[in-house]
Amino acid sequence: MFKLSPEGVEFVKSEVARYESKESAIIPALYRVQKENDNWVPNEAISELSQIMDIPEARINEVFHFYTMFNKEPVGKYHVQVCTNVACAMAGTREILKDLCDEHGVKVGEVTSDGRYCFQNVECLGSCGTAPMLQINQDKYNENLDIEKTKQLLKDLP
Amino acid sequence: MPESKLLTEHYHKDEYRGLQGYKANGGYQVIEKAFKMDPQKIIEEVLNSGLRGRGGAGFPTGRKWSFLPDNGEPRYLLCNADEGEPCTFKDRMMMERAPHQLIEGMVISAFAIKSHKSYIYVRGEYTESVEILREAIKEAYDAGYLGKNILGSGFDHDMDVYAGAGAYICGEETGMISSLEGKKGQPKLKPPFPAVKGYLGKPTIVNNVETLAAVVPIIKDGADAYKKFGTEKSTGTKLFSVSGDVQKPGNYEVPLGMPLRELIELAGGMKPSRTLKAVIPGGTSAPVLNKEEAEKATMDYECLAEMGSMLGSGAVTIIDDTRCMVDMLHVITHFYHHESCGQCTPCREGTGWLNKIVNSIVEGRGRLQDIDTLCKVADHMKGKTICALSDAAALPVLSFVPKFRSEFEFYIREGRSKVKGTRYAEMHA
Ligand SMILES: Cc1cc2nc3c(=O)[nH]c(=O)nc-3n(C[C@H](O)[C@H](O)[C@H](O)COP(=O)(O)O)c2cc1C
Ligand code: SF4
Repeated sequence: MFKLSPEGVEFVKSEVARYESKESAIIPALYRVQKENDNWVPNEAISELSQIMDIPEARINEVFHFYTMFNKEPVGKYHVQVCTNVACAMAGTREILKDLCDEHGVKVGEVTSDGRYCFQNVECLGSCGTAPMLQINQDKYNENLDIEKTKQLLKDLP
Repeated sequence: MPESKLLTEHYHKDEYRGLQGYKANGGYQVIEKAFKMDPQKIIEEVLNSGLRGRGGAGFPTGRKWSFLPDNGEPRYLLCNADEGEPCTFKDRMMMERAPHQLIEGMVISAFAIKSHKSYIYVRGEYTESVEILREAIKEAYDAGYLGKNILGSGFDHDMDVYAGAGAYICGEETGMISSLEGKKGQPKLKPPFPAVKGYLGKPTIVNNVETLAAVVPIIKDGADAYKKFGTEKSTGTKLFSVSGDVQKPGNYEVPLGMPLRELIELAGGMKPSRTLKAVIPGGTSAPVLNKEEAEKATMDYECLAEMGSMLGSGAVTIIDDTRCMVDMLHVITHFYHHESCGQCTPCREGTGWLNKIVNSIVEGRGRLQDIDTLCKVADHMKGKTICALSDAAALPVLSFVPKFRSEFEFYIREGRSKVKGTRYAEMHA
């Protein structure tokens, strides 16, 4: 069962105090949970946040479900988010995504059996001049890719 | 016509990211000049410069600022760094190459509109921009450009960065305000406009990153110097994010009014043995131009409006003869369907239908009457909703279909793309 670290609890409390409306701290708090829990937010974390922040669970859930960057289920160690919007699609990212899924025997959005990857199509990430691009978890963008570079990039991950 | 680097002159230097490097290249001098001016005079200068919002709608910035009610309520400045319009990537470069330029522009703007608190709302995926901005804000506090009694002027200003969490609709100003308040990022009906009732119900000015940065050169050299760039109604320079089928995609800062042909040349021209087919001149929400229109177009607000399109965010997507327009529209309708916030029925249902119909065509299940249904659905989505996303979803359909109708008809009749010869394997989840 997930529980925020003591530092995580302190962080959430400081975010609650930081903004003029404490609800503004919901997004930062959810990010913190995600960071401490392999990049996804389990349901029990919502109750915990509700207690720490003194905000009803329903309010937190509203925010949690509205935004795409909060993962509702496990997304593997590496959540590989491939942009398939206009410029990236033109540069071949849909083929890259398909290739990755085929190679690992998964569908888009499924976690590989070893729990290492989840390949996901996402909308434009603002990197269209350096397409094809993808983002792993919430890390620095990977740009100017092709299928070979992408495979190497994944292999080089720890 | 070459580039005119009013904003981006020093962007190639890594040192420009830090406070020392920014200052070494003339940074933070305009703030001192601004503090010696009457705030009202700054607003007038911005008004006279003709600066129009660079986020998409192109509203005159000085005019927006003058809508603030004079009722003693605290005012907020909100920098729109959500940059969600597909094919736009200029704000990210501005934040990452020149965070202090944005901070300087924001402090000057805040001083002009008498605001003591600002937020930069950055889309959540831009983790790097957020880190760079946080570091720069810290430097600016330490150097006395933010905080209490800035440079002994008696003016106080606090600035913070807020990261969104993945939602295109949070780029719409009232959606952004809802999001910043810790709610779902759903837009609100206007009026009241944010300048009257915005963040926490208080007067709030929302401006794009590029708009706020442009205040620096305007106050530095004055409105007249700024107006020397551009056309009569589209003054100054603009950053264009050029993507797609050119040899050197990237951001280019040029005077407004530059012929689109020249912008394409600047971006390296077309790829060898390919020819121009179409251009989306202002982000995917802007109606597509066909070859003939693109060859005549100049990159300013008036010309593109006259052609039935718009300058939008300045995202210019170049499409060559190897591209299937049915497939391109499919990517676009998928996007708007994914991003509709769902409050308004015409938008929620309409974006779903558009995506479904185009989807059936690319999968080879289309019927000829679908083409008219598509246009009818899109037509019913215009001007009926809380925000402009619904229109933004309709306009691509209403331009792609009539301008490239034969490609749609061919795809439906033959069950395959006229350009590619095959059927596109559906890959969107
Ligand atoms: C659906 C939608 C998405 C938008 N996305 C953005 C965006 O990502 N960035 C932006 O600056 N403006 C965006 N806008 C425009 C804003 O609502 C607003 O007009 C702008 O931030 C005002 O700043 P400006 O006058 O400096 O351009 C969007 C508008 C709509 C309707
Ligand atoms: S038009 Fe669409 S995105 Fe805008 S408020 Fe209505 S449902 Fe939401």
